[in-house]
Amino acid sequence: MNAKRLLAACCSAAIVLFAAQSVFAADQSSPIKIGLVVKTLTNPYFVTMIGAAKKYAAEKGITLITGSGAYDGDNAGQITAMENMASAGVKGILFTPSDSSAIVPTVEKLRKQGIVMIALDTSTTPESATDGFFATDNFQAGKLIGEYAKAAMAGKTPVIAMLDGTLGSTVSQQRHDGFLAGFGIKEGAPSIVSEQATNGDESKALTAMENSLSKNPQINLVYSINEPAGFGAYTAIKKAGKIKDIMIVSIDGSHNGVEAVKSKEFAADSMQFPAKMAQDGIDAVITYAQSGVKPTGYVNTGCALISDTPEHGLSIESSSWGLHNAWGGKG
Amino acid sequence: MRDGSRREPLLAARGLRKSFGHIVALDGTDFDLYPEEILAVIGDNGAGKTTLIKVLSGAVIPDAGEILVEGQRAHFRSPLEARRHGIETVYQDLALASELNIAENLFLGREIRRRGILGRFFRILDKPRMLREAARHMSDLKIGIQSMNQTVGGLSGGQRQGVAVARSAAFATRVVIMDEPTAALGVKETRMVVEMIRRVKARGLPVVLISHNMPQVFELADRIHIQRLGRRVAVVRPDECSMSDAVAILTGAKEGNGLSRPTARSASRESSER
Amino acid sequence: MLRPFSISGIGALVALLLACTFFSLGTPRFLRGENISLILQQAMVIGVEAIGQTLVILTAGIDLANGTVMALGSVVMTGLAVNNGVPPVLAVLIGFLVTSGFGLLNGALVTTIRLPPFIVTLGVLNITRALTLIYTLTIITGLPDFMNTAGNTFTIGATQITFGSVLMILLYIIMFFVLRATAWGRHVYAIGNNPEAVRLAGISRTRLLLSVYALAGLFYGIAGLLLVGRTGVGDPQAGLNDNLGSITAVVLGGTSLFGGRGNILGTLVGTLIVSVFNNGLQLMGVQEIYQVLITGILVILAVSVDQMSHRTQG
Repeated sequence: MNAKRLLAACCSAAIVLFAAQSVFAADQSSPIKIGLVVKTLTNPYFVTMIGAAKKYAAEKGITLITGSGAYDGDNAGQITAMENMASAGVKGILFTPSDSSAIVPTVEKLRKQGIVMIALDTSTTPESATDGFFATDNFQAGKLIGEYAKAAMAGKTPVIAMLDGTLGSTVSQQRHDGFLAGFGIKEGAPSIVSEQATNGDESKALTAMENSLSKNPQINLVYSINEPAGFGAYTAIKKAGKIKDIMIVSIDGSHNGVEAVKSKEFAADSMQFPAKMAQDGIDAVITYAQSGVKPTGYVNTGCALISDTPEHGLSIESSSWGLHNAWGGKG
Repeated sequence: MRDGSRREPLLAARGLRKSFGHIVALDGTDFDLYPEEILAVIGDNGAGKTTLIKVLSGAVIPDAGEILVEGQRAHFRSPLEARRHGIETVYQDLALASELNIAENLFLGREIRRRGILGRFFRILDKPRMLREAARHMSDLKIGIQSMNQTVGGLSGGQRQGVAVARSAAFATRVVIMDEPTAALGVKETRMVVEMIRRVKARGLPVVLISHNMPQVFELADRIHIQRLGRRVAVVRPDECSMSDAVAILTGAKEGNGLSRPTARSASRESSER
Repeated sequence: MLRPFSISGIGALVALLLACTFFSLGTPRFLRGENISLILQQAMVIGVEAIGQTLVILTAGIDLANGTVMALGSVVMTGLAVNNGVPPVLAVLIGFLVTSGFGLLNGALVTTIRLPPFIVTLGVLNITRALTLIYTLTIITGLPDFMNTAGNTFTIGATQITFGSVLMILLYIIMFFVLRATAWGRHVYAIGNNPEAVRLAGISRTRLLLSVYALAGLFYGIAGLLLVGRTGVGDPQAGLNDNLGSITAVVLGGTSLFGGRGNILGTLVGTLIVSVFNNGLQLMGVQEIYQVLITGILVILAVSVDQMSHRTQG
């Protein structure tokens, strides 16, 4: 390639680029930029959060910049995304930390630069590292299905299998404890015959459920930390031909999960509101940008119990209400 | 037919045997190379020419037999050891690194380092000197390449052959072996290489030349070693033996002048062929 | 020898300049000193890993284990300092020893058992990942100050420059000269180019490859220290995709995956291309899935250019 041709190529490329960049260029007139960093883009929970955030941002007339890690646990990827957002001039960053403690040094660094940092869904460790923490009360989510299970199982001797999340996860622990409190039993109670960690993964939960059933065929109640775990359990139970004998309760409130309640795969499901987390987060950053007032502490974004079988004394929403309010697309 | 002079061979081998699995490549081969001569090694495919050359250059270790360098027994366990005895080889595929330049190829494994700390501790190359010396070696063989800095990959076949020949000639102290040096070249470049070979001989280095090219062999060689079925069956002089006779000996149509020591096995093989 | 770039190396530089032009037109926030410094900082971990990867690829090998070896090194050095009270400098050196050791293991398996580097490093990837998680499932915090040095900055004018990114550039310059001006460096190219020629030249394949893989391991250890300095923690989950990331940088920079050809400065350019796109697209608010798409297209282009120039040279 001789010099002249190279020069000509560069000039034409530059012209094409200038035209192209105007297609992509961000709206420079918008005064407020907000960043949203999730764990990964492959988890429908976070895809919902981003979708809801984008919609709300458009309504409010602010610019939303999104980012994520490459895999669950990619702390460095989240750090890079946050730094780029800071460089882009965001007023605040909403994020779901992949690793609650690893992200803290970066969070503190950006807070010092005057960017408001709000954790969504999962808190940092320590929780005080962020300006605010908007999430489901996971204890409450567990408690709701615990109370439901207790009422629904009245008269029967409970034989309980618990499918938990990831070892050491605060979310997993809180939901677990909430369920126990709602059901009215303590850790180590004889009615609990199996406790397995599934990382919230469907295939791991399937294996765990098969093993639990194999060990104890009398199981009649399954607590699952989230819907993928619940679905894994359902598959195992169906294979074992015990659908009629076992009740599954779960947490999440996705479209799929509510459909499962409607089709009686799940007896009850605690619904989370990730969209609300994103919206509340955006509102908080806008407030900060306009008045300098930061959010503080924990904000409960709420949870609702979804079931088609009413039980006395419990506030229950039907699955049709659930389908209206569920997060995630159909499928 | 014995060579009349009473010179000692510079490089000799007696009774070399080498098998690769069931294939017998060398079946008691002898070899003699005298100072200041060009010895051509000819033979049909499978006669064992390449294996013989590889044994002499240290690339292959024989199963039996001995090698004598200036009358002394020598064992070559690697190409490096053969080189240490002053034997340099130009292989058929040239063994050049196409991405390195001419000087770097010439001095591959024998690079010239800078003097002092830079050379000894940091091992930094003395590139100007390498370029100069490379140019000198190439011009000694009258190979007309201007820049020693260009990569070998960009050279023509004949020029690449020139680099490989110059490398061997530069470092050889006793023998230069060449395996089919003109096999892949056109007429003009073949001429170039033939002239190069003459100049190597003129510098006092004997050359062992494997070639299929009969006219070239008869033009260049002082003596011709004829290899057949894993043994040396004849050594002839081009001024005393015709090309057709040499070819006949090579294919077995004619008897050799019996300069190999027949073993019981090879004797029975010859008799079964008649 | 004197040409700094082959045709494909120049292509990478042009691509980088075009990318920078594109983004500086797209958003005024791109060309600020702080942002450029940020890009260098974000590139420094993969950038140093890519030095090791370049060396291995030049010998016609490949290293899939660089990220997990780096992670192991970084948790060992932080773990020793925080949990066992080992002095930070010594802990770092032990971390380097661990990563170089696994590099040496790679080299030993490739040379003595003659397994393909792809398989060897795939196995070592799994081994080091397991060892890392056995050592610690959770991240290590509370690091001594020394370990954060790579992430610390000094100021030139209005811009803060990270020590780690300066170190990355220095290492590239040093390795550029080593590869060009030492016998070892030329042998690295030669063995990828024509291993038989190297053998016949009397050069020990074993010693050469062992040194290449071990040195690559050392660079992964240095990258681990830079990662620790940047993130402030020892993270067992770090670097899982860094094998593909570093190979991308090497390929984008014009080095041939078949070995024997390439320029290590090209790898630096390749690393910067990826970081520039990452940063620029995010500044412009473009969805990051497009970044993945663009990187993929760039890699295909880079390999095609490499193949074409290979053919014309003959």
